[in-house]
Amino acid sequence: MAPFSSLPRKREPITGGEWIPACAGMTRKVRIALGLLGVLFAVLTTAPAVAEGVPLPAIPKAKGEKCVEEPQLMRRYHMEFLGHQRDATMRQGIRTTRHSLKECISCHAVDGTDGKPVTIKSEQHFCNACHSYAAVRIDCFQCHASTPEVPGRQAAR
Amino acid sequence: MSNKACDAGRRDFLKAAAAVVTLAPGVTLMSIPAAAAPRPADQPASATQRWGLLVDTTRCTTDCTACVSACRTENGISGHGRPATDPQWIRKIELRNETTGATHSLPMMCQHCANPPCVDVCPTGASFKRADGIVLVDRHTCIGCRYCMMACPYKARSFVHEDVEDQRPDVPRGVGTVEGCNLCVARVDAGGLPACVESCRSNGNGAMLFGDLNDPKSEIAQRVKTYATTQLRADLGLDTGVRYQGI
Ligand code: HEC
Ligand code: HEC
Ligand code: HEC
Repeated sequence: MAPFSSLPRKREPITGGEWIPACAGMTRKVRIALGLLGVLFAVLTTAPAVAEGVPLPAIPKAKGEKCVEEPQLMRRYHMEFLGHQRDATMRQGIRTTRHSLKECISCHAVDGTDGKPVTIKSEQHFCNACHSYAAVRIDCFQCHASTPEVPGRQAAR
Repeated sequence: MSNKACDAGRRDFLKAAAAVVTLAPGVTLMSIPAAAAPRPADQPASATQRWGLLVDTTRCTTDCTACVSACRTENGISGHGRPATDPQWIRKIELRNETTGATHSLPMMCQHCANPPCVDVCPTGASFKRADGIVLVDRHTCIGCRYCMMACPYKARSFVHEDVEDQRPDVPRGVGTVEGCNLCVARVDAGGLPACVESCRSNGNGAMLFGDLNDPKSEIAQRVKTYATTQLRADLGLDTGVRYQGI
């Protein structure tokens, strides 16, 4: 993985989109905090050898070829992408799939011992991997399905 | 013959069929699914459209609940056997005219007002009207205060009192927020029909018609232009998107 210094620091457009101004509005403190978090993850995810003895989050592998954004960008900014997509879909009915939460869930589904995708209740769930490690708590899955659509579930109608 | 030529033939046939509708509105009321061309996924909903629903109460019968069960399946709504608090997006009601004794059965749901009182009272802006007239709750902003439920003259909204599990990925819904009929917004955005309308057509009595009230060529616009239709509590001046015929 690229070292942290190669991550986008300035406001140059990375993929375009309105989440960048959101970062621009951040205070210096927040940016430093985010930066430190980034360093933490760079360390955590690239060099297990360095972190000998330190428990690391085990991030489950995704299905599909590659992520909708660079994984290193995703690690830091997934909440921005999701928040932006959320407002666009909810308020304006824009239903592009690139940053859709539904799509994250289908690619990042993790199969449990019974062969079925695990729900958010399981520690194995992709969205729990880092969050429980970093003590982040999200409420998204009170409403959003944490497993992909089961084909034919609606056939009863 | 190439596939393309085949398609062209089909399209001409559909066009001809559509012409029949314009010549004799009403006679062929339920014959052609009024699915609109889907809006491209990256385009926002636009005010050039106004989605509406027309219910023909002369066709709707007391014993039929096809719309209600389709809504529950589509939106993953299940109750706990507690009618007072279980969420409900659409319900069947019976009307009786006191003087004549005439009765009518009809489905009742969010009327998708042009001037929605729920939006007026919402303290967080969660209750809003989308550009194309669909009245929604942004549950990311909803704090569950339920002012909107008090403001709605149609009792169309429900509060989710209990944890929800096993939601459909297309229809997120969960505890602590208010919800109501969203005209199956994801299906409509994809060019489809609300589940109730589809089911009324195939399992019910074909009493529901969905379409764009702003498009003069649409079947619903033709019908509200040709026949006397009713907006419930029209005296409130809310300009509802759901209209009834026969009451
Ligand atoms: C087409 C499938 C696909 C979709 C859709 C997808 N991802 Fe990914 N994602 C991947 C792949 C492949 C990787 C590379 C790492 C791996 O193989 O697990 C990845 C990596 C990541 C990582 C870094 C994980 C790590 O190992 O550090 C995060 C975070 C992430 N994705 C979040 C998301 C989010 C959030 C969404 C939805 C907006 C999403 N992904 C959508 C396939 C996908
Ligand atoms: C109280 C219920 C609720 C909660 C909690 C909730 N959402 Fe949503 N979310 C919805 C509803 C309802 C929609 C609208 C779906 C539609 O219109 O198709 C939605 C849509 C979305 C969409 C667009 C559809 C998609 O799958 O891409 C995104 C992205 C999204 N939410 C992200 C989030 C994130 C991130 C969180 C957690 C921080 C969250 N939501 C929490 C109810 C909720
Ligand atoms: C690579 C590790 C990692 C993965 C995998 C991951 N997250 Fe995160 N996520 C984090 C970290 C770290 C934070 C906290 C960042 C901060 O506070 O600045 C966070 C924060 C969030 C937030 C904002 C929370 C808040 O309170 O502001 C949301 C929303 C979110 N993640 C959604 C998801 C979803 C949905 C998934 C699964 C598709 C996911 N995340 C997977 C590391 C991850």
